[in-house]
Amino acid sequence: MRQLWRRASFRENLAGYLFILPNLSGYFLFVLLPILFSLYLVFNDWEYLKGFSGISWVGLDNFKALGSDPKFLKALQNNTIFTVVSVPASIILGLVLAVILNKHVYFKNTLRTLIFLPYVSSLVAVSVIWSIMYRASDGPINQVLRNFGISHPPGWLSSPDSALFAIIIMSVWVTIGYAMVIYLAGLQGISKDLYEASEIDGASKLRQFFRITVPMLTPTTFLIAITLIIWSFQVFGPVAVMTQGGPIDSTMVLSYHIYLLAFRYYKMGYAAAVSWVLFAIIFVVTLIQWQSQKRWQQHF
Amino acid sequence: MAERKKRNSALLKTIITIVMAVFAVIMVIPFIWMISTSFKVNGDVFKYPIDWIPKKWHFENYREVWTGSNPFYIFYINSIKITGITVAGNILTSAMAGYAFAKIKFKGRNVLFLMYLSTMMIPGQVLLVPRFILFDWMKLINTHYSLILPGLFTVFGTFLMRQFFSTLPNELMEAGRVDGAGYWRTFWQICLPLTKPALVTLFILTFTWHWNEYENPLIFLRDRDLYTLPLGLTSYVEEFGTNYVLTMAASVSALLPLLVLVVVCQKWFVEGIASSGLKG
Repeated sequence: MRQLWRRASFRENLAGYLFILPNLSGYFLFVLLPILFSLYLVFNDWEYLKGFSGISWVGLDNFKALGSDPKFLKALQNNTIFTVVSVPASIILGLVLAVILNKHVYFKNTLRTLIFLPYVSSLVAVSVIWSIMYRASDGPINQVLRNFGISHPPGWLSSPDSALFAIIIMSVWVTIGYAMVIYLAGLQGISKDLYEASEIDGASKLRQFFRITVPMLTPTTFLIAITLIIWSFQVFGPVAVMTQGGPIDSTMVLSYHIYLLAFRYYKMGYAAAVSWVLFAIIFVVTLIQWQSQKRWQQHF
Repeated sequence: MAERKKRNSALLKTIITIVMAVFAVIMVIPFIWMISTSFKVNGDVFKYPIDWIPKKWHFENYREVWTGSNPFYIFYINSIKITGITVAGNILTSAMAGYAFAKIKFKGRNVLFLMYLSTMMIPGQVLLVPRFILFDWMKLINTHYSLILPGLFTVFGTFLMRQFFSTLPNELMEAGRVDGAGYWRTFWQICLPLTKPALVTLFILTFTWHWNEYENPLIFLRDRDLYTLPLGLTSYVEEFGTNYVLTMAASVSALLPLLVLVVVCQKWFVEGIASSGLKG
């Protein structure tokens, strides 16, 4: 034993294992084991309240059922609309704000913090506030709209035509600050020489923005896009607080569908299957982003 | 000529500042509306034009929220307890594991790290169902353990710390060894203090995450006296429904301390969140 202890490699190994032991044991129990169990669950039907004897093997039935589940298809569609609308909106607004705040204002830090506040706030709390402001008949938003001459403002959360967009608008309000802060950090990495050189060439500010700022920020844009896309596909709090997926499933999203399936109807196997679809989407999006980033880097 | 150009650009900068200030105020209008409404009576909530400054300040809304039938301080105690323990514990286990992955050469290190990496993209929704079953089986549903235990060990934290420790030069470890410092002292006294930026990032991210987290508490907690802040707030909405002044006083109670903290420590929060992505 003492001989073993004298060997440096033995001590190095032992130290390594002891250092990761706390994290690794938690990882096995609360990450790896649940993942493996969930992979087993997707091939099973489980009448949860009967306990472990309620599990029965169904093969791929859970995945086959997805195609004929209208709530799932609606959720998939809503998550896609949510992402396609909210992510570009946050990115464009965040970029414009970052460029303006970076150079052209006094009180830069104060303004930045104010715009950033919604992002660090509890999504539940801001959802509570917005759901009252959105009230169709007498909420402040519609009162202001009526005051500006719009006699039939949208029903916002109470109407299936506008509920999803109401949640999207709030989400953009939340995530603008995130995009802006990351862009501000990215802007610090662009060399001043580029701007000075183009100024000598007589390029206008607008031309500089599209020819220097936007291309040089591409890696930052990739990062923000991937983060926000994943965020959009996982959105839960606003739906749970503001609409519970309604009216008539117009705001049903994947994470809320999973929640209802698992914890309202106790369909554990099917809920697990839907959650792996969510994983597959995130995985594919990340892969596409990786590939295009690689191509972009080769390009330069 | 140059003088005039300078004066013009100062004027332009002032104009842009004013425009941006208006935009910033529009961004925080929901918060201002929340605070203003929380001091009103229900009959005045939807009056138009909006009374931004209430004619009479009804502080009793806050008395009801903090000392009434559903007192808010309980949610604060729960949130502080859960967030405090998970953030501190997560930073410690992440730093230790991240250090081992970056700076200690042990057998199986690469295999284990690859395993961590491969599970990093798994979204929380995949873990929810099996964790619920696991906790149900361990009789941990409706206890704070169901929120604290998984929060103590995160793949993300380990990855973040590992990336940062990798940037430290190996000479540091060797210098420690020459001085006769063991593995723990090299880690704790020499390397860890150098990772302050990464620790701040991890602290800010895990703090805001646990403080605002809604989905896990919603699933794992049943009794109201165990609720965290976001869950406590929704219990208000459910209980008092259209009593909007109480709902808003509860929202202010849940949000304002965090907002003040962010304004006071804005540098930490902004840099913490900005650097999380750029280094990953």
